[in-house]
Amino acid sequence: MTDAGSGLPTGEPVISIRGVSKTYGDGFTALSDVDLDIEQGEIFALLGPNGAGKTTLINIVCGIVGASAGRVLVGGNDNVAKYRQARELIGLVPQELHTDAFETVWNTVSFTRGLFGKKTNPAHIEQVLKALSLWDKKDGEIMTLSGGMKRRVMIAKALSHEPRILFLDEPTAGVDVELRKDMWNLVRELRGTGVTVILTTHYIEEAEAIADRVGIINKGRLILVDEKAALMAKLGRKDLMLQLEKPLTAIPESLAAYGLELRNGGRELVYTFDVVSKRTGVTRLLNDVKKAGLTVCDIETKQSSLEDIFVGLVKETA
Amino acid sequence: MNWRGVYAIYRFEMARTGRTLLQSIVSPVISTTLYFVVFGSAIGSRITDVGGVSYGAFIVPGLIMLSLLTQSLSNAAFGIYFPRFIGTIYEILSAPVSAFEITLGYVGAAATKSLMLGVIILATASFFVPLEIAHPLAMLFFMVLTCFGFSLFGFIIGIWADNFEKLQLIPLLVITPLVFLGGSFYSIDMLPDVWRTVSLFNPVLYLVSGFRWSFYEIADVSPLVSLTAITFFLGACLMIVWLIFKTGYRIRA
Repeated sequence: MTDAGSGLPTGEPVISIRGVSKTYGDGFTALSDVDLDIEQGEIFALLGPNGAGKTTLINIVCGIVGASAGRVLVGGNDNVAKYRQARELIGLVPQELHTDAFETVWNTVSFTRGLFGKKTNPAHIEQVLKALSLWDKKDGEIMTLSGGMKRRVMIAKALSHEPRILFLDEPTAGVDVELRKDMWNLVRELRGTGVTVILTTHYIEEAEAIADRVGIINKGRLILVDEKAALMAKLGRKDLMLQLEKPLTAIPESLAAYGLELRNGGRELVYTFDVVSKRTGVTRLLNDVKKAGLTVCDIETKQSSLEDIFVGLVKETA
Repeated sequence: MNWRGVYAIYRFEMARTGRTLLQSIVSPVISTTLYFVVFGSAIGSRITDVGGVSYGAFIVPGLIMLSLLTQSLSNAAFGIYFPRFIGTIYEILSAPVSAFEITLGYVGAAATKSLMLGVIILATASFFVPLEIAHPLAMLFFMVLTCFGFSLFGFIIGIWADNFEKLQLIPLLVITPLVFLGGSFYSIDMLPDVWRTVSLFNPVLYLVSGFRWSFYEIADVSPLVSLTAITFFLGACLMIVWLIFKTGYRIRA
């Protein structure tokens, strides 16, 4: 069965990465035995510190770098043996601003479409340029554009050949708030049309705000892949904050076992607990708080952010 | 075969030529004119005919070859080196185009540009000396083979070079001397025996000789030997390009 819109097989991962490793000529191992499936139509965020192997992984899928071991299927096509079918599906926005200087915006975007073997389609190019607020710059030389505009041009190039998969490598590095907002709107719109989006970032908020699933990569190893919500629930810790009527100067001895923290000049008691454990200890704590004679006027809980999870994981594997 | 991809690269390269018209067309025409003024008219008027051809006319094929060789090399070398240098090569490498299609786009554009240049120089020369072309088809054939062969060679240099100096190294230090010593401005019969033998090891001699034969039916070596030599050169370059893409040398890390 195929999806009428994309011609891709449904129910199968749109990208399937198996046992991919990469060791460069100088002996540096950028990736070790990576397995990853990307589902059709999802927004997948690949998170990791600088030098973790995010770009190498993207470059291997896109065919810019050859893998030392393993194989990659894109839309069911082996990305080496059937590279044409595989690459036609992919649009890539690299991290660095690689642009020609003297070409016009219109020509450079049309060039990419031609390179991907697609028939000229001015209406599509127009639509892409308008969506990226580049329409009034279409006849301008690229070198006259600002950095943010150049980034938009690179996105327009990647979208020029109507890809089914879009790679955004560190899309918001050095990008202003407006472009960031535009970009996320665009990504959501693209997903609406069934396009799969894979983005790399080291900004956790980004993944948290937009991704369906998150993969965490560090030192060339994919440490963890999960639904964003599940990931946060699974690994997340919660803070229980008790607002006290009367400030404390010290934590009462009867509560010492809970590892509480006193904040806000003694007006707030903070208890951190594991969401997944069967006994969170919340009830017991509340009882003990009552026994200690403290009056609680408000209770609040806060989920720890992806960033906290991420920092914890990266430290564990370091 | 992704013809649209080939055409996109070809058109991109030709547009680059269009933007650098002064450097790529006007400058070779001016330098050729200078050669004619100095060698053809000033010095040539004091030199007797070479093989029954006036000296001014004799040097025309050599002059065209000089421009074809150096321009094919530098155009093709720069064409592929520059995207590598500024990073836009990522797009070519991630596109559904084969090694052959990439090469055809870049080398085809560089060769086209050289051919245009050859025709322009030929036209320029006709203003200075009476030209006769005994075998126009053979002349065209030599010209096309040379343009493609040396554009391929330039393409290889553009992939091998990892800085601007290396890009200029071979055209300046190898090709220019070989052209000057390859009988562009003289017949090797004019040389002492020893140097005549040495000249036979210069591959450019075979190009110039065959090309000149197509004009005046005079040659230092048999035109068939010339044809074999240029075909062999073209084949060798094709083989190297094939190896480069096969191994990913300097292209795919």
